[in-house]
Parts: sequence; structure tokens; C-alpha cells
Amino acid sequence: MSIPSDLKYTKSHEWVKSEADGTVSIGITHHAQELLGDMVFVELPQVGDTFTQKQECAVAESVKAAADVYSPISGEVVEINTPLVDNPENINQDAFGAWLFKLKPSNPAELDGLLDAAGYQEVLDNEDH
Amino acid sequence: MLKKTPLNQAHREMNAKMVDFGGWDMPLHYGSQLEEHHKVRQDAGMFDVSHMLPVDIKGDNARGFLRQLVANNVDKLTIPGKALYTCMLTPQGGIIDDLIVYFLSESWFRVVVNAGTADKDVEWILKQRDALATALEITPRRDLAMIAVQGPNARAKLWQVIPDSQAATEELKLFQSTTHNQFFIARTGYTGEDGFEIIVPADEAPAFWKALYAAGVAPAGLGARDTLRLEAGMNLYGQDMDETKTPLESGLGWTVDLKSERDFIGKQALLDAKVTQQLVGLVLLDRGVLRSHQKVVAQHNGSELEGEITSGGFSPTINQSIALARIPAEISPDDDVHVLVRDKKLRVKVVKYPFVRNGKVLI
Repeated sequence: MSIPSDLKYTKSHEWVKSEADGTVSIGITHHAQELLGDMVFVELPQVGDTFTQKQECAVAESVKAAADVYSPISGEVVEINTPLVDNPENINQDAFGAWLFKLKPSNPAELDGLLDAAGYQEVLDNEDH
Repeated sequence: MLKKTPLNQAHREMNAKMVDFGGWDMPLHYGSQLEEHHKVRQDAGMFDVSHMLPVDIKGDNARGFLRQLVANNVDKLTIPGKALYTCMLTPQGGIIDDLIVYFLSESWFRVVVNAGTADKDVEWILKQRDALATALEITPRRDLAMIAVQGPNARAKLWQVIPDSQAATEELKLFQSTTHNQFFIARTGYTGEDGFEIIVPADEAPAFWKALYAAGVAPAGLGARDTLRLEAGMNLYGQDMDETKTPLESGLGWTVDLKSERDFIGKQALLDAKVTQQLVGLVLLDRGVLRSHQKVVAQHNGSELEGEITSGGFSPTINQSIALARIPAEISPDDDVHVLVRDKKLRVKVVKYPFVRNGKVLI
């Protein structure tokens, strides 16, 4: 599975997509869902919640385990992917399409500090060893 | 260095995701744990359970030895091939392991013990042998492999694979076994579905496994094994019970014979015990997933009582989270019961388990 080049990434396996309206979509990577296995539950934040960078913001649970999702950047939640709550398996089927929530960044400069596709690939390569 | 079953290579060829399971390199799943679960409930799946250990007990009066060794009564085993589920206890009544005893002849019984406890079990059995029945021969059988074929179509698919096995095993009732050529075939399992557990010589296991696969039996990993047994309300050693718990507080009172005159290790402790806890089933009413070690809180007659989930997870058949939990004996299904999950108090219903049997939801 190739890593989309138009997204940014964290070492903790979240992806971030910059939307045209200045918000960002956030999800978990293909690698993360592979580690977790079949997803059965997601706990999303509420619209209006504010997070600082690296703060716990959601939970993704598989048949195997519960995994915390950390906010890649600081900001306020402006939208959540409600249909995902009833179809958590969408994360397995299309991890880079199944966004969890959208954030309005409070410090857009934090985006520049995130990994690009090559940087994230390096993280994965190191994990395999 | 992880221990490997004779099927290790076969798992890898089938792209299994392998994990360290108590020191054994075992398949967690072969792609999707959920699909494997459904396959067993609806059709037929197979599990490598060769990490479990058959131990043969041979010699005069093997039965007399087992009468003392285990908590269930082996005198229930009257027909050769008959099997019995039982606990083996410490003198204090704690569960050393749960196991199945097969009665093959008066001079040959076979017990099958859990992988994680196998060394401890063998040591314990040898110690009791030395004290009680020195002439008995105790033989751990690491030369054997074990495969569980489970599901509504499991028996029919096995019959396609082993020549003449249908005639040999069709009449077997639950918890009966027979020997057919090099195969030891028992109508037992850990999924709540019909099927067989088959013991074969280790070197023949890979070919047998592949033949089952060719007959349409899906390989299933430890992940599905765990969700299937949880739905079936079957205890897992190390989670739902251990040496600090008696069978009476582990939902296994039915496996203990306290009525007969027979004495067995742990009997007096059980007779003296005041049972203050019970193992119950929980069904989550809110969204989320119950996991082992989460705290259970119950309102009972105006006071708050606490317990703990021993096994929890998502039930693929019910499409809801379920759990086994050890809670104070006085809590009843009518009490208001919650489970603490992270910062939330989720509503649960106390139910009698099993949750699922033979493909049907029972709760």
C-alpha cells in the first residue's frame, strides 16, 4: 500500500489532509489499521472540542485492542464523520479516506512540522526492524 | 526463541499474522478475524491447537489416580472414548488448569492441558503420581499435533478428507471420541459449534491441514478462537480463572463433584469455602467495547458493589460488546450495573451465558 503524497503524517500513525477551506481532516493510517485488525468501534470528539497538539482526541477500537488517537495539531473540532460510528470497518477498507474529524487549526505552522510521505515511510521502515 | 507447532510453516504460507502467544509463535488471523469468526459460526473453520499438550496416563488403576487428581468425577466416564471437562485444583481449591480427560481404557487415560500451563501441569501430575500411584506412566505427547475443525459443516468436511471417517465418527455424541487409523477424533471444541478436535502425529499434520483447506475449511487464528469461545461462554485460563480462584467462583461449579464419597485434591477447601463471587455474562447497552480488567460497579440495595471484567470483547455474532465478569454473589440481573470505560460509565445488562450456541444468539 503506497502512502499518499498529498497528506501529512505523525509518528503515532495519524494522517492529516489540508482541505480547501483551511480546515484539516484527520484519520489513522493504513498501517495503523493493519496493526489493529478489524475495527469495531470509534469514539469521536464533539464539535467545538479544542485540542492541543498530541492530545488524546479519539479512540479507535478493533477486535484486538483500543488505540488512542492523538491530535496531530492544535485546533477546534468543526465537523465529525458521524457515519463512521456505524461503519468503523470503513477504516479497514479505506484508511486514508475514512476521516474521523475535521479541525480548524489554531496554529497552522504546526502543519509544517509534520512528516511528509517519505518521512512517514521511514518511520514504518524503522518499525519493521 | 519462540516455540513452533508442526503447522508453523503452513500458517506462514497462508499469510498468517503471527504473534507471541505465551511463548508460542501462533497465528492471530489470516487476514480478517471477523471473517474467520463468521466462517466458523456459519460453515467450517480450523484452528491449530497443537500448542496444547496431550498427556497420556497409563497403567493399572489410572482411573483411581484421576479420581484424586481432578475435581470432576472420572467415574462418569463409563464408555471408552468418553471425555470429561474438569479442573485440576491446588489443595486450597485454586484452579491449576482446566482440562479434558479422555477415557480410552482402564489402563489408558489421556488428558489435554493448556499450552501456557503445560509445564506446570506436568510437574504437578508427576508429583501427585509419585505420591499416589508410583506405577503409573505419565507421558507428555509433544510428538502429536492437534487441529480443531469447528462449525455446522465441520464434520461433513472432515469426512471428505479422512477416508472412511464418516462411518467411524458419525455416531459420536458430544464429548465422545474414537481412534481411526492414525487419527484420534473427539467431538469436542472451544467455539460453541459442532465439530471435532483431531489429534494426529506431528509429521502428518501439515498435509492434513492442507487437505482440510482444500475441502473448504477456512484457517482461523487465535483472535477468532477468543471471540468464539467468549460468545460460547467458555472460560479462558489465566483470564477468567487461575490459582487464586476456585471453580465455584469461576462459573464452573457444574464441573465439580462434591456429592460423591470420593476425595480429591482441593475438595475440603471447596467444602469449607464461602462463595462470595460469581462469574456472570455482561452485554453492553451503550456504544463501546468491554475489555478485561475494566471495573464493574453495581447499585445493590442502596450500596455500591464492585467487580471486574475477566474477558471482554466485541461479539461479531451479536454485533455488540459482551464480557464475562467476576462480581459479588449478591448482584442480580435486576440491579443497575455499569462498567467504567476510560472516563465513561457505560450501561450493561447482567445475563446468563452462553451468549451464542450453534449459530444462535441466546441472550
